[in-house]
Amino acid sequence: MQTWKKYIFLTFLASWLLLFFFGGDQLRHFAFFSRRKAEARRNWPHWTDQSLLKSFADPEELQSDGDISLLSPQERRAAWLSVYKNSRCRMETCFDFSRCKKNGFKVFTYPQEKDQPLSESYSKILTSIERSRYYTPNPKEACLFILSIDTLDRDHLSGQYVRNVDKKIHGFPLWNGGRNHLIFNLYSGTWPNYTEDLGFDIGQAILAKASFYTENFRPGFDISIPLFSKDHPQRGGERGWLYQDSIPPKKKYLLVFKGKRYLTGIGSGTRNALHHIHNGKDIVSLTTCKHGKDWEKHKDTRCDKDNIDYEKFDYQELLHNSTFCIIPRGRRLGSFRFLEALQAACIPVLLSDGWELPFAEAIDWGKAAVVGNERLLLQIPSTVRCIHPERVLAFQQQTQFLWDAYFSSVDKIVHTTLEIIKDRLLPHHSRSRFLWNTLPGGLLALPDFSTYLGDFPFYYLQHGSSPSEKFTAFIRATSPAGSPSQSILRLIQATSGSQYCAQILVLWSCEKPLPPSGKWPQTTVPLTIIQGRGKLSDRFFPYAAIQTDAVLSLDEHTSLSTSEVDFAFMVWRSFPERIVGFPSRSHFWDPEQRRWGYTSKWTNELSIVLTAAAFYHRYPAREKFGGTVGLAAFSPSPRSLPRYYHNLFTEYLPVGLRELVDGLAACEDILMNVLVAAVTKLPPIKVTQRKQHKETVPQQVGCKDGDVGTPPVGELSPSPLHSPPAKVKGMAGMAGGQRFSQQQDCLNQLVDWFGYMPLVSSQLRLDPVLFKDQVSILRKKYPRLEKP
Amino acid sequence: IMCASAKYNTRGPALIPRMKTKHRIYYITLFSIVLLGLIATGMFQFWPHSIESSSDWTVEKRSVHDVPVVKLPADSPIPERGDLSCRMHTCFDVYRCGFNPKNKIKVYIYSLKKYVDEYGTSVSNTISREYNELLTAISDSEFYTDDVNRACLFVPSIDVLNQNALRIKETAQALAQLSRWDRGTNHLLFNMLPGGPPDYNTALDVPRDRALLAGGGFSTWTYRQGYDVSIPVYSPLSAEVDLPEKGPGPRRYFILSSQMALHPEYRSELEALQAENGESVLILDKCTNLSDGVPPVRKCCHKNQVFDYPQVLQESTFCVVLRGARLGQAVLSDVLQAGCVPVIIADSYILPFSEVLDWKRASVVIPEEKMPEMYSILRSVPQRQIEEMQRQARWFWEAYFRSMKAIALATLQIINDRIYPYAAISYEEWNDPPAVKWSSVSNPLFLPLIPPQSQGFTAIVLTYDRVESLFRVITEVSKVPSLSKLLVVWNNQNKNPPEDSLWPKIRVPLKVVRTAENKLSNRFFPYDEIETEAVLAIDDDIIMLTSDELQFGYEVWREFPDRLVGYPGRLHLWDHEMNKWKYESEWTNEVSMVLTGAAFYHKYFNYLYTYKMPGDIKNWVDAHMNCEDIAMNFLVANVTGKSVIKVTPRKKFKCPECTAIDGLSLDQTHMVERSECINKFASVFGTMPLKVVEHRADPVLYKDDFPEKLKSFPNIGSL
Repeated sequence: MQTWKKYIFLTFLASWLLLFFFGGDQLRHFAFFSRRKAEARRNWPHWTDQSLLKSFADPEELQSDGDISLLSPQERRAAWLSVYKNSRCRMETCFDFSRCKKNGFKVFTYPQEKDQPLSESYSKILTSIERSRYYTPNPKEACLFILSIDTLDRDHLSGQYVRNVDKKIHGFPLWNGGRNHLIFNLYSGTWPNYTEDLGFDIGQAILAKASFYTENFRPGFDISIPLFSKDHPQRGGERGWLYQDSIPPKKKYLLVFKGKRYLTGIGSGTRNALHHIHNGKDIVSLTTCKHGKDWEKHKDTRCDKDNIDYEKFDYQELLHNSTFCIIPRGRRLGSFRFLEALQAACIPVLLSDGWELPFAEAIDWGKAAVVGNERLLLQIPSTVRCIHPERVLAFQQQTQFLWDAYFSSVDKIVHTTLEIIKDRLLPHHSRSRFLWNTLPGGLLALPDFSTYLGDFPFYYLQHGSSPSEKFTAFIRATSPAGSPSQSILRLIQATSGSQYCAQILVLWSCEKPLPPSGKWPQTTVPLTIIQGRGKLSDRFFPYAAIQTDAVLSLDEHTSLSTSEVDFAFMVWRSFPERIVGFPSRSHFWDPEQRRWGYTSKWTNELSIVLTAAAFYHRYPAREKFGGTVGLAAFSPSPRSLPRYYHNLFTEYLPVGLRELVDGLAACEDILMNVLVAAVTKLPPIKVTQRKQHKETVPQQVGCKDGDVGTPPVGELSPSPLHSPPAKVKGMAGMAGGQRFSQQQDCLNQLVDWFGYMPLVSSQLRLDPVLFKDQVSILRKKYPRLEKP
Repeated sequence: IMCASAKYNTRGPALIPRMKTKHRIYYITLFSIVLLGLIATGMFQFWPHSIESSSDWTVEKRSVHDVPVVKLPADSPIPERGDLSCRMHTCFDVYRCGFNPKNKIKVYIYSLKKYVDEYGTSVSNTISREYNELLTAISDSEFYTDDVNRACLFVPSIDVLNQNALRIKETAQALAQLSRWDRGTNHLLFNMLPGGPPDYNTALDVPRDRALLAGGGFSTWTYRQGYDVSIPVYSPLSAEVDLPEKGPGPRRYFILSSQMALHPEYRSELEALQAENGESVLILDKCTNLSDGVPPVRKCCHKNQVFDYPQVLQESTFCVVLRGARLGQAVLSDVLQAGCVPVIIADSYILPFSEVLDWKRASVVIPEEKMPEMYSILRSVPQRQIEEMQRQARWFWEAYFRSMKAIALATLQIINDRIYPYAAISYEEWNDPPAVKWSSVSNPLFLPLIPPQSQGFTAIVLTYDRVESLFRVITEVSKVPSLSKLLVVWNNQNKNPPEDSLWPKIRVPLKVVRTAENKLSNRFFPYDEIETEAVLAIDDDIIMLTSDELQFGYEVWREFPDRLVGYPGRLHLWDHEMNKWKYESEWTNEVSMVLTGAAFYHKYFNYLYTYKMPGDIKNWVDAHMNCEDIAMNFLVANVTGKSVIKVTPRKKFKCPECTAIDGLSLDQTHMVERSECINKFASVFGTMPLKVVEHRADPVLYKDDFPEKLKSFPNIGSL
């Protein structure tokens, strides 16, 4: 027994010693040794003579900067032109800026040749360009050229491969070595290497290509576009699938992938490894070996089981129910699943090394996707698990914003491409990354309007500023008399009584001459009378005179009190990006006629606020302005300042619709509301108003041709449904039914053009806090709102 | 550790029978083990000392001239030239960086050596002041490691900041013999003045194979996007001159050019501008007649007028930064420091830190060909934007240009962001000056989504023991069409909730959660049982709200999902006499808070309340058993920058059963306590986030002359 004890003692002793001996190193990390360890860190030494060290360059050297006389800037630039060509193209060497000087950024598409087959996607691209506000049919004024040859699919095994492109393009007199050309491509190269060779010489042309590899990408020159399918909608596009912001993300799966596993060839490295991270619970990574004709030749031991598992899950189901989606490279770097995941709010986890991400020049992908590393595939599960729920929420919302702003239709993809190029032409008038990556996005925040964030209605909170504390009242006078009517005088009185009113502008939209200045009332704020052109959408001219952010748009026949104006303005300051107004209308889906209806009946909902009495930010006013000036281009007007030519509205609306809007009185309200709703995705705001408006129909007789004025406020109109669709122009005293039919036409045409119904309904109205409460009227700030 | 001892133990029993017969061997073994142990312990005792003594060189004062000398044989290998196709995924070894919870790369610095060629002539100046500062900064940062085996990035101590000061071939040889060089993989070189006459390359000419280059003066042709880092050319004046930030407002000159060495072509273009626009354009040049002793770099002249440099830069709105022989110019740093908006005229130049900095917010870039249009281009910039750019320019200098430390850390952070992109610093953090960071709000629920009505809401009733009233609340709330679940938070630890059978039978699931402690915060806990976005917090005595009122409240919340939507509104006021905030519950025309006795809000705010509430507010609330609603109002307003929405005219939650015996005194202490909360919270938040508005939300047809039965929410209107 004694020896036993000895043995045990010995064993313990030995193990203790060994423990100390080998484990000492680790032990020192803890407790009493840690202090010493910290001291022991070998830092960069403090030299005794470090104050005597010489500077890396003496000041004169920094100031004189070499021998400058050697290099003449002009000669250098001329030399660049010959050196930096083709694969080393940059805007300053391969793009002829002078072409864009005179007419601005105009895009010309080559006429289509009859025998030239066009793929569905390419004809959509061409249509998008023709729908763009930059389109020109005249090559002489063009700055950018687009080929009519379909270059989307350059896989020469594909049926859509166009042969002899080289020969064709060199025959074009406009080709000019590809200068100022933009070439679109979705697929390049073929089995087995899928090189990025297009099979023809693009020369100095800008390449907008899907699956761009960084090494071939000419930074600041080429553009990486997303891969989209031929079913991608021309315009509008489906909305994203995120309907709720839940935290923590309440999805069934954390991370999913379902796709092909390449057994050999390019891209197989990553695809072959994906099954390793499958855990069957919250991470589902399914691969199938079945692809191509001879997959069985390369089949390995996993294939049969994998193929069975693969069939058990539905791709769409996974997409909808996962927080993260793996987007590995395929044979090429980009894949359809990238846009699919983006739409599904499934945060893309990119495993595609060297992929120049779509529109990376503008879009900050770090806010919407996890850019993984193919080599670190096995770390992906722990990486995504470590991402904080708040960040996941932000990621999800950003995917939806990006999808909706830049990717949901071919129009958006093409227009984004064009805007990026346009931004390069005038770097000092281009969008900052902030504008591109913040709602409502670069296509809706026009740098032509301003590059200052505080000028837009969207950024007050992020920018830490607030809208201006005054507004400009803008009254349109349409009365036929030679002197201002009683109602307009009352209106001027009421608005000028508001402490927030900075100035009043009266637009004299009559063909009768302006009343002499003595006929206008004396006001405390400046009153300016402008002679209008008599066009309906004159109202939305952002006359340079408007200095405030807020505009109160009024019609001569509107009747408002100072209280109402004050209160509405206070509300607008809380919602500067929306239309805030008094009388409202609503839209509805008419299942019988299978079209959208419009009603002025009193309903429990509203989606349109009439611009006859509404506050809005002058930014949307300018949006609309572009439209009217677009028209003015056909009938030149002295007021059309070149600065306002490029505008959102022009881009959004084709000529036909613009004419409709200009011809139809009732359309302007709808258009304004549709436009603002398309930008904000939010309903307008109705504020309370006294209910004793005179229900007089504005008398338009004799003022001018065209149907001006809005329906009387608060009108209970006949049902719009029974009136025949008539489009009568220039008739005085038009029947209400015709008006409604016009409004309905207008609404439906706008919806058709947008590709979806942008209007959003609201069930509320904003009233003063003590509105109609049983409390002394003296306590109330807006007592006049309640007077019967 | 565990593995070693375990192995020994398993071997133990096997040894026993053999040793029994061989006692002598056993004693010898025992003796030797004890001896070994003694030696080990001894070594262990002395070990740390030996480390300390060798590490004493951190404390030890040494001169840079005392560093070891390394002789480079003439035929020692030279690295390949820089590989233009290098990208992070091709030339960088990420495996060295590993996965670590802190998401920080580890940077190792080679110790300083002096390199000489075969003849003993030194290859370069040992180290410049700036490079020493840079290495010190890295060494003091959290990126630093002294363990070469754990390093992800290696920084040679060979100073290549200025290419003119070194011998290219020999420097390359010196690089190649670094212990972990391996073709330059994961090595980072800092260079500010690249190239040399006559053609002035825009990247360091020293062959460097795969090494990353942090270079000042890259052109778009030499810069490997996503691999190299573009850094500023440091201006030593930054350290010498203290220019306080100048406030916004008009400045004497509109455009100023301060560069001495301008190509005559540029100078004549600038002079043409000056001729056209007169006084507002100032072009400075070298002074010809300076008295001795004045450092020439600190003075510049226009005709015979002498100006102090860099102070003169503060007198101008825009300052021209033209390329010289090199693209990167130290003057950019001076210009930014002066808060002058740089006008950058250098085609193909990659601006410093352009990977993360949004230069459009701080500068105007004008193509060289457009120089003649410069004046009109700059005139078109709105005044308010100019002021913002000036502020931005100054901020860029303070954060990223000011010192070698700032430059070094920004460079490492950029590389770090590439390796751990999911933990990268955001655009806002890089670009927003502190003033904007402070005043701006980034709403966590920024996407304009109107949640589907079908989702419904979850009602959470916090209760202690008022079972009867609780049951009435449950019955009332269950009548609201959009209720999808009811959660009772049972806050009484001493009493069990009533039996299942006693609870009212309602059409939606009813769950009871028992809490561990009677805390008010329990009401705002993000329970897993909450499956909807919308939460209705409701007290167990709120029985007066009608189904219409609640349903309408939910509809309003759907239109404003990022706000608190409640019934009675309250206001905070500034008490001028007492100089502090005051709580107000009178009939006011304004609201800034809503009571959470019944309020709709997004579940996300429960999460924020529980985990992200600043300071000790949560504890304060639980200790005082009051003000949880004010805390919630503060939190939501602070994070969204938006006001609350008060719905319907309701002003009070008056419970019919309560009699007014408590009277005024209770009311007054209550008000004092609530005011105290506001002051406390405002000081914790460091600001008053609450927003005052004058509106409330009513149904569209509220009080309109319209048949009640056709209204969606007829039963609204009591106070």
